[in-house]
Formats: sequence, structure tokens, C-alpha cells
Amino acid sequence: MSSVTKETISYDAQAETSSLPMGPAAAAILAGGIGSAWYGLMVLLSEASKGFGNLLNFYKPVGPLSGKTIVGVAGFLLVWLVLGNLWKGKDVKLNRVWPIALALIIVGLVFTFPPFFELFAE
Amino acid sequence: MSVSVRDAWTLIHGMTFGALFLLAYAGGIAELISLRYEDVNSPSVAQRVKRLKLGTTVMAAVAWLTVITGTWIPYVWYRAKAPTSPRSFLLSDPATAGWHSFGMEWKEHVAWLAPILATVVAYLVYYFGRRLVREEKIRQVAMVMYNLAFVTAAVAGLFGALITKAAPIK
Repeated sequence: MSSVTKETISYDAQAETSSLPMGPAAAAILAGGIGSAWYGLMVLLSEASKGFGNLLNFYKPVGPLSGKTIVGVAGFLLVWLVLGNLWKGKDVKLNRVWPIALALIIVGLVFTFPPFFELFAE
Repeated sequence: MSVSVRDAWTLIHGMTFGALFLLAYAGGIAELISLRYEDVNSPSVAQRVKRLKLGTTVMAAVAWLTVITGTWIPYVWYRAKAPTSPRSFLLSDPATAGWHSFGMEWKEHVAWLAPILATVVAYLVYYFGRRLVREEKIRQVAMVMYNLAFVTAAVAGLFGALITKAAPIK
């Protein structure tokens, strides 16, 4: 009984640990980077231009933050959807995607840092 | 001892979701790190991955709930035009203006990066499942993104607590 159980576990584990295409994972990772940078850009542009900030004022009690966040998150999800479809079932090199994604995340972090975006404040 | 509606929402946003976020982060990062020491065929891997899925999902979900409630509920009261609003109060004195122009401006913006990053990590965990044990590069990527999600949320949480102390929403 225990040898059958061990074989079953081993078979199930092997079935689950065969390689998966990296495409969908790379799509998610890169979308996270692009989404972060895109959202950061919304923050930066609304600080740099009052007109742009007013465009993003979707809901007055919240102010331009309402538009920055909605447009930012929508951008992240849209990019993920597009990349996910483009790279579905494909093997994408993570070594190429990850440095780009990380750089874009850093862009997002910098663009949302007040001493930086206030340099561009109108 | 009474708690107003505004107090309640501030507590939900900051302390309830904040505490859940911390717990989920701690559990998730511990599991991500410990997976590297597992044998992929070990029966305990299934349990570990199950806990990891739970931890990353809770962290992502709570991160979204935190930023959405924060932006669309307490933030409205914070930035109200009335001279008694926390924003008006902080900006009325140069000694406290920095809490808004730096603290709040940073908090309200950087916080939204946390759910984006946490969601990607949760997806990676679900996509790879037990295969995470063998995918060292993916685990490294997930750990970096998970930690960045935590740091951005921690910044937001810290400034939220300090600003609430300096100028509570009434």
C-alpha cells in the first residue's frame, strides 16, 4: 500500500512540475512594470500640467487622484491582457523581461516621489 | 467611548486592512523563501504552495481594498475644502505643511503600486504552483516584487499613521 502511495505522489509531483511556457508569467511581470511606470506618469503629468490634472479630476471630492488611479490601473490591466494574449503558450526569455520590468517599477517609484514630481509642478 | 463613522472607516482602512496586509506579507515571504529548500517531490510542497497561494491572494486583495477605501472614503474627508479639514489644517502652518506636501502626497500616490505588484506575485504563485520549487528565477522575481509591494505599503501606512496623529479626520 505505502509503495503504491509513494509512486502516486511521485507521479503527481512530476506531472505538476513539468515545465510551463514562460510567456504568461513574463506578461504579468512586464505588465506590472509598465503599469507602475504608466501610473507614475499619470502622477507626474498631472503635477506638471494643471490642465492634465483637471482632465483626471473624474470625481471632485477625490480630485485628480481619482483619474490618476483609474487610468493607471486600467493601463496595467490592459497591458497585461494584451501581453498575455501575445505571449500565451510562448517561451519568453525572463532574463530579458525582468530587467525591463524592474527598471519600469523604479520609474514608477521615482515618479510618485514628491521631491521628484514637484520639480515639474506647474 | 464612541467611534464615529469617519473614525470607523479610518480604522478599517488603516488598522484592519493594514494588520491583515502585514500578516499576509509575513506568511507569504516566509513560504517563498523556504520553498528553495524543498524537494519538489516532497509531500509538504503541496501544503506550502497552498499556504503561499492563500498568503499572496490575501495580500493582493487587502492591498486593493486598502487603496480603494483610502482614496474614495477617508481621503475625501482629508482634503475637504473646509478650513477644519486635516489638509487645510496642516497647510495653514509652515511647521506642519510638510506632513501634507511630502507625507500625504507621497502616501496617496505610492500606495497604489502595492496592489499592482502584489497581484502580479499572486498570479505567478497560481500559475507555477508546485513548479515554483524549481523555478528559482521566478521565485527571485516574486520576492523582489513582493518586498517592493510591502515597502510601498509600509511607507503609505507609516505616513498615514503619523498624519492621522498630526491632523486626525474629525
